[in-house]
Amino acid sequence: MIDATLSGLTRWLAATPLSHAIQTTGWIIPSLQTIHILSVAVVFSSAILVDLRIWRLLQRDEPLPDVARRFLPTIWPVLLILLVTGSLLIVGEPRRSLLNSTFYLKMALLAVAIMLTAGLQRSIASSPDSWDKNRGLQMAGRFAATLSILIWCGILFAGRWIAYTQAG
Amino acid sequence: MQQPQEFISYFEKSGLADNIRENDLLFPLIESVHVLAICLVVGSILVVDLRLLGVASIHRPVRRVISAILPVTWSAFATAVASGSLLFISNATEYLGNGYFVAKIFLICMAGLNMAIFHGISARDLPRWENDTAPPFPARLAGGLSILLWVSVIACGRWIGFTMPVR
Repeated sequence: MIDATLSGLTRWLAATPLSHAIQTTGWIIPSLQTIHILSVAVVFSSAILVDLRIWRLLQRDEPLPDVARRFLPTIWPVLLILLVTGSLLIVGEPRRSLLNSTFYLKMALLAVAIMLTAGLQRSIASSPDSWDKNRGLQMAGRFAATLSILIWCGILFAGRWIAYTQAG
Repeated sequence: MQQPQEFISYFEKSGLADNIRENDLLFPLIESVHVLAICLVVGSILVVDLRLLGVASIHRPVRRVISAILPVTWSAFATAVASGSLLFISNATEYLGNGYFVAKIFLICMAGLNMAIFHGISARDLPRWENDTAPPFPARLAGGLSILLWVSVIACGRWIGFTMPVR
């Protein structure tokens, strides 16, 4: 049932004029992918730098709330660019992702990463003074930071793997 | 003295290169590590570039931004070079014949040169201006050039995938 709906959607998308334009103009897909990867680089690095600061591995001289305020807000507008370029890539090659379980794994991991990052950003902002002192908060933070690193790496791996698991 | 061609084909014919070429998992696995490392290189160096341009992290002295970020950039760069070399030897002759690959290596060298010029010349009077919101022109130029070069490196990398005869 879901399979039939998805392949129907895939066929419909592939037949749209926009999809046709993306498919037939050779430079569009690599250009979209370049913008997509550059945006991934910004989001990924922002998240990782804050995670490493939570582990006190770098920028120890700057309070965590300041580091978080410097990096985390950047993630949200850049995620919009990722949404737009990602959607256009799907329109151009719908079979590549919509009929590909790796794509859904990537989206599931992304949903978790978004919730985790938003939660981290909110809780650091709401108790700015206690993050470097409160031991319980520190442990919880390290757990969240480790999870964040693993999930973001998972998203990047899944993203690359989409190219290798697409339906024939 | 061996010719560079022979030197490269020695690696290309090695068992390791065979494995990367033939194994269905190895190539995508190394490629994923490569993409991850490059993302961290570009994302982290962008923090320094934007500080040099006076756009972001402006309340932090330039030297502190650099000393916090560069260890991340260098570790990621070392990972990118190691994984990239493994991908390269799996198909060295084809890569060397690919214009985007050659351009990518050239652009990475230019990014290195840009960085060397910044550290060797433009940053010599760093203590004088490192607290300024907008650093002097040579430093801003280094930041701007770095962004342009790394964006081009990513673009070339993506274009390699579309112009290689295999995969």
